[in-house]
This record gives sequence, structure tokens and C-alpha cells, in this order.
Amino acid sequence: MSTTATPPPKKVNRIGLEVLQYRGGKTTLCAGCGHNAITERIIEAFYEMGVEPYKVAKFSGIGCSSKSPAYFLNSAHGFNSVHGRAPAVSTGAMLANHNLIGIVVSGDGDTASIGIGQFMHMLRRNIPLIYIIENNGVYGLTKGQFSATADLGARLKTGIVNDLPAIDTCLAGIELGATLVARSFSGDKRQLLAILKAAIAHKGLSVLDVISPCTTFNDHEGSTKSYSYMKDHDEPLHELDFVPFYQDISVEIAEGEVREVELHDGSRLRLKKLERDYDPTDRIRALNFIHESASSGVVLTGILYVDNKRKTFLDMLNLGDAPLGTLPEAKTRPDQRDLDLIMEELR
Amino acid sequence: MSTTEITSVVSRSKETAGDVVNDFSIQIATVNGSGSQTANNVLMRSIFQMGIPVSGKNLFPSNIAGLPTWFTIRASKHGWIGRKKEIDFLVAMNPETARDDVMRLDAGAAVVYDETLKLNTLRDDLHFYPVPFDKLVAPVCPEAKLRKLVRNMIYDGVVGHLIGIEMEEIHKALFKQFGPKKVKAAELNWNAVQAGRDYAAANLPKTDPCRVERMNETAGKIIIDGNAAAALGCMFAGVTVVTWYPITPSTSLIESLMGYMRRFRIDKETGKATFAIVQAEDELAAVGMVIGASWAGARAMTATSGPGISLMSEFVGLGYYAEIPAVIIDVQRVGPSTGLPTRTMQGDLLSTALLSHGDTRHPLLLPSSPEECFTMAGAAFDLAERFQTPVFVMLDLDLGMNNWMADAFHYPEEPIHRGKVLTAEDLARLGGFARYKDVDGDGVGYRTLPGTNHPAAAYFTRGSGHNESSGYSERPEDYINNMDRLDRKFESLKEHVPAPEIVIDQRASIGLICCGTSRYAAEESRDQLLREYGVESSYLRLKAYPFTNELKDFIARHSRVYVIDQNRDRQLLGLMRLDLDTQYVERLRSVRYYGGLPLDARTVTDDIVSQEGL
Repeated sequence: MSTTATPPPKKVNRIGLEVLQYRGGKTTLCAGCGHNAITERIIEAFYEMGVEPYKVAKFSGIGCSSKSPAYFLNSAHGFNSVHGRAPAVSTGAMLANHNLIGIVVSGDGDTASIGIGQFMHMLRRNIPLIYIIENNGVYGLTKGQFSATADLGARLKTGIVNDLPAIDTCLAGIELGATLVARSFSGDKRQLLAILKAAIAHKGLSVLDVISPCTTFNDHEGSTKSYSYMKDHDEPLHELDFVPFYQDISVEIAEGEVREVELHDGSRLRLKKLERDYDPTDRIRALNFIHESASSGVVLTGILYVDNKRKTFLDMLNLGDAPLGTLPEAKTRPDQRDLDLIMEELR
Repeated sequence: MSTTEITSVVSRSKETAGDVVNDFSIQIATVNGSGSQTANNVLMRSIFQMGIPVSGKNLFPSNIAGLPTWFTIRASKHGWIGRKKEIDFLVAMNPETARDDVMRLDAGAAVVYDETLKLNTLRDDLHFYPVPFDKLVAPVCPEAKLRKLVRNMIYDGVVGHLIGIEMEEIHKALFKQFGPKKVKAAELNWNAVQAGRDYAAANLPKTDPCRVERMNETAGKIIIDGNAAAALGCMFAGVTVVTWYPITPSTSLIESLMGYMRRFRIDKETGKATFAIVQAEDELAAVGMVIGASWAGARAMTATSGPGISLMSEFVGLGYYAEIPAVIIDVQRVGPSTGLPTRTMQGDLLSTALLSHGDTRHPLLLPSSPEECFTMAGAAFDLAERFQTPVFVMLDLDLGMNNWMADAFHYPEEPIHRGKVLTAEDLARLGGFARYKDVDGDGVGYRTLPGTNHPAAAYFTRGSGHNESSGYSERPEDYINNMDRLDRKFESLKEHVPAPEIVIDQRASIGLICCGTSRYAAEESRDQLLREYGVESSYLRLKAYPFTNELKDFIARHSRVYVIDQNRDRQLLGLMRLDLDTQYVERLRSVRYYGGLPLDARTVTDDIVSQEGL
């Protein structure tokens, strides 16, 4: 590297921060791991959206994927909790401070096996969180056992064939109440970045199932979560463009070519039609469509479902603007007269 | 099955004793779901209103309707409000258990019963009072489907007349019970009470010795169950996030709390809630939410019982190691496994003190009364936040679900203590912080909350190995430093947990140690030991774990110290074995009871007398 050139002016985002300020610690995951690519997209998404890092809270359970919150947004609080239990921990944190932007990074073992119960109930509650499942179909830290998202008939390096059906976390998400559901591939930079930005703009639970190949234990012939398998089977539903609320771009598009979905903060998602017209607001058709394409061996990616109307759990609690965690004693301890009244009733 | 046990050691004939005034227990045997709870509470409250110390124990099955249930009211002029082993006055309303209930009575006891049961043919050494309940209920309750519920109020009138409860006190208690919105129902029931009283006055000449006489020992006192008291403690401690999963016997704690929070914790200016209460999908999620909420700055709590404690184990270890406040109220019931869900036990002491894998230790607060449920539930939040660790409040079913006579609660004197939390302003002044650095020498580091607007505010919380600045570490030195600091922190806690209650008798060579509801049996047993055997004893009641130095001093003063446990495996004694040197442990002896009923004094006395060789 040359050291003589004058440094170019530092590139900053709309709130004046450099991308460096969105980075985290050095990754300890394997070279080529899909999770690292996802981490990069998370950094870009928060940087480009101009989110204040201190407003973000990061959560994870246990597993390879769950290590990754340490690799982005160093200046956001992070919580690497218990295997499969990030939904409960993040729900609790959001109860204490509903002004936080919560992001959970989980894996397929974390979400679809040990944590499936908590995952289901988080969906029902529609907690405002960005919930990413870094899905590689295997347990990495324990050296390559099948997870519950491994496809029927998929084969391990050792030759063992999976003879149980896969759990589809996106189907569960749509069925049980998540309000933005997407599937993507760690290798599809453009699509994943647009989906992540949409999730940041969305007020509600975003479930993002991102196929993220494990180069060490599940990237071989016979795997359905490998780079080459995804290359052959990834079928984007649409070409995605994310137009943030702070950008006013009007582009002439022929009618019928593009669907537009407006998100809570005023940002817009542009879904450009590819093979077919797909309406991500039609829940029943979305479910049918995913079922149909799964049986034909296709991995549909893109925005599968959006619901901008459903209330979040926090909306139902009649909370004020100030986070519960910051309420002063004057608001949280009833006064002497209240205690006297209660005592009188018990005499 | 009857619940009264055959008294073995001291037989006390009542036939020659003359009047027994304000010193007896009444047992009402009914069927679960028959509405008898109202009649029983009215009876208990009317005795309380006459100024007589009273306690009520509901012994109920794990069932919604149809199985036998017993309610025992004890009146005690001496103020003994523990369970009394002997029943002096039986109201036999349950045909299924009536025979057993009668056969187990001591000679001289009284029996009010439905005359169709013909119980008077069973024994000739009891005082029988037959009552034609069905004949009496029909005229006062024309609506047939309500008769099952109203019928029970008749025994309030009968018993009230027989033992001399003033009718205006029954009237007052009954209308208080129904409240201003149910005056019609109260009137219907009052008619039943009167029908019972009139029948007894005309047809049942008094032959048994039990009667009440007005005293002035309950003025200013309240009647409340421990769960409601703990709920109030949480509310006045400023709890903001409550998560829970329903489980007997802790459910009523949260349900009481919900009622109180809706009344007293809606912001008067904005109409907004200053709390969130969430019914979780299981106890893992409940405690996980508490940990997440506390981490983000809320005062968070959950309440559960033994099976829930077992499920919370992994998260509690995280709370201990990552140092996150949490308040967990355990209303203990009989284990292991599902055990006897509606019976009482101090069965979680040992497992909870050491809950989770690896080296873990947790502070336990050990309330014995509604007053202490109130103060200790409050204290638990301050301790949890001050020491950044999960704190357990250990009730038991007897304390939590039964109604107790109690002193009115005092408004908290101390302001809420939120512990070492650095704000953005603090950080601007300090320049930064290391999350797990022992700056003050008490083992407790400083923390920041997510959402703090300062570049140095963030840190990474993890249940994996970490160094002082919360970075991932597998270095042996870092691990040992951290664990040693956690040990120092636990040591520092001793200065802040409530000290034991101690009564020293200078002449005593034996001491009694107990915790929680064992106190009622222990206190009464000391009286029995002295009056019946001339044995003096000292007494120490633990209010918290970790144990403070007073415990050692107490043990050292006595040659034999009886540790009272309401469990099979001597769990309280076991905790002492873990923490105390041999010179103390060798003086300890065990008194155990684990039948699931509230501990009674006679059981304690008999065991000590036998071990003392008296």
C-alpha cells in the first residue's frame, strides 16, 4: 500500500458517521462462512440508513450465528444470551425500553430446535425486532449435525441422510403473526441489503431467513444449503429496491411492472416483477406459493410477506413515551395515601 | 382421607376441663367448588373482629370441583397462629370424608353435621350437633340452583351461636366479603346465617366447652394472604416489568399484583401504564424476559413455584455470571416433580441457593409473615439492582395462599436504590468504564443501559468467559479473577441482607433455628418445652441466605442446636453444612416435617423431647 497519496475526504452517512463506526470486533468464524457476509450487510444497512448505533440493542442465543453480534455495531449494547432464548431476552429488553431498535441474530438450531417454543410466541406477539436466522442446516460448533431446517433427503459429509421434514421458519412467521417475512441468501448482496433496510424501516417483527452456507460442514455435494445448490435453486421473487424515507426519487416505471410497499417510517420497497406477479400482502396466497415452490425444489427468495397494519405487542400495553426502565420513583411508587387505603380495605 | 392425625404423646381430655375460651381450632370439611370458601372466610373474619388472634388454613386438593377440602380456623388467646394438630370443633359437610373426619377426633371434640349423615352413631365420646341443612336452606333460598352455595352459610349461623360469635360481627364480615356491589347476594346469605342461628338456638343445647370471648388483640391489624402482601411489596418497590407463567401456588400473587397495578399504577396525568405484565409461554421465557428487561433498566420480577424454579435454572446461571438483576419469588410447594401441588413445603431452599450449573450462589430472602412478604419483596429489588444478581424471595404455600392476621404495612422509608448505573453524563466525566472491574472493592462493577447516548456506553454482555472489560476470554486468570470477584460480591451481600431474629435465653443449653413459616411452630414449641418439660431454649430465625455472622455466634452459645426443616433432606441444615466450619456443624441436629401440611408445634416439641431423651 502506498502511503504518499493524500487521503480522500472521509465518507460519512447522513448523520455524519463513518462506516467504521458501524463495525464490530474481528470475526472468529471460518473463512467463507455465509454469516460473515450477512454481518457485512448488517453494517452497510445500518450505516446507509443512518441509524444512531447507541439506539440499537443486539441479541443472540448460542451457536456460530450467535457470535456475530460481536462483529458489528461495537457502539451498540449487545447480549449473547442462552441457547434458543434470545426471543425472551429481547422481548424483555423491548418491554423495558420500547425506543430501542432491537436486532436478534440466531441460527437454525437456535431458532428451529431448542428455541422453537420461544420463536413461535415471539411471532404471536409481533415484538418490534429484526430477527435474522442465519440458516445453514447444520450445527457448526458441535461439528456438523443436522438441524431442523435441513431439507428432507439432504446428505451430510459423513453420508448420513436427513429423513425428517424441514421446519420452514418463514411459513411459521407468516402463519403466526410476524409482519415482515423474507428469505434471502448470504451471497445475494443486493437483495439482502434491501431486505435488511426494509426490516430497519418496519415497525413490527421482521423474520429474515437467510440461507448462509457452512463452508466447513455443509457445503458439499448433496447439501441443500451449499453455495452451489443455492446458485442453482435460488429463485428471486422480484428485484428489490429500497427507497429510504429521506430520499425522494421518482422513477418512471411501466404500470404492472413494479409493486410498491410503503413502510412505517415512510420508506418504500419497490418490488420489480420477474417471472410472475407476487403480492406480498396476500397472506393465504403467500403461504400456498411457498408450499408449491418448496415441493418443486425451488428456494424462493425476496419479500414473502408484509403486513403494515397489525399492532405490535408493545402497542397493546398502553405505555407512555418514556421507557419503563427510566421512569422515576415518583411514577413507580404509589404514595402513602394509596397504602393507607389498601390497609383500610384489609382491616 | 382425613387430614387430622392421631395425637400420640400427650392426651388431653376435654371432658373435665371446663370452658375452653379463645383457644381451639375449628375444622370445616367440605367439597371443593361448593362455595365454602366464603362461609369459611366470614367465620374467620368475625372471630378476628371480636379481637381474638386467629388463623385460617385452607387444605385443598389439586382439583377444580368435587374433591374433599378442609378449612381450619384456629382461635388463640396466646396469639399462636400456627397449625394446631388437634381439632376441637368439626363441621362435617362432606359425606365422603365425614366418617374418617369424626373417627380421628380426640375425645371431647364437637361435631356439627348434616343430620342425614347420622354421624352420632359412630362414637359416644363427642358432642354431636345434627343440623337439617336441606330443610333450612329451602325457605331462605327459593332458587334451587343457588342452594348448594348458600347452604354453607348456615353453618356460620350454627357455629356462631354455639361458640358465641356476636351476630353483628358475622353480619359485618359477610357484607365486607361480598362488597358494595353484591348486596343482594349478601342479603340472601345473611338469611341463611340467621336460619342456622335460629335453628341452633331452638334445637341445639350447648354441651361442648369451646367458646369465644371478646378480646382486644386484633385492633389495627389486617387479614391478608402472603401472596397479596408480596404483590404489594413489588408494587411499592416500583416494579415495572412483570412476567409470569401460571403455577399453583404462585398464581394468586401475580393476579393480586395485576389488580393492584391497574388501580394504583396508571399515571394519573397521562392515563398511561407505568408497568407491563406479560403472561409468558413458560417459566424459561418468563425469567428470560425478566433478565432482558433488567438488563435494559427495568425493575423486573417473576413469581413461580418449584417446577418453574427447575426450568429457570439455566437463565439464573446467566443472571449470576453476566451479573443481571432479577427478582424471582418462589412460592414453594411439595416436590419432587409435580409432587403435591396444593400442599406446603420448604423444599427449594438448597436447590435455589445453588441453582444452575457451575459455581453459582444466590441470595434468598426468607419471609415468615405477610409483613415480611411486603418488606422483603421490596428489599429484593434493591438487593438485585445493588448487587446485579438474581435474588429469590422464598415463600411457601402456607404463607402465600392462606389468610393471615398481620400488622398493617408501613410505607417504605428508604428511597428506591437502583444500583451502580452510569449515565451519559457520568461517562462524559469518566471517559469510559470497564463493566466488570471492581472499582469499589465490593465486587460490584458499574453498568450502563442500552440506549445511553455516549460512544463509550456500550458493552457486550455474555454468558461465556469474559474479562474485566466484558471482552470474550478463555484465559484461566480472567476466569479465576471473575469468579473470585463474584465470591467477594456474595460476601458483600451479607452486610445488606436482613439479619436474623434472635431470642437468647441465658439459661438455655439448646437453641432452635428455623426460617419462614416454621417460626409459628417453633415459637409455640418453645412455650410447650418450657411449660410441659421445663426446658429453656434460645431461638434464631433466619431471614436470609447468605448467612450472617449472628448464626455462628448463636450456634457457639449452645451445645445442641435444632434446625427445623420442612423437607425430608434437611435442606436448611445442609446449607449450613456447606457454609460453616465443623465446630459449628457438629452442634447441629435436625427436626424435620415433610407431610405437606403446615408445620405444627407439637411435632417439633415431640421430636426435640425425644432427641433430648426427656
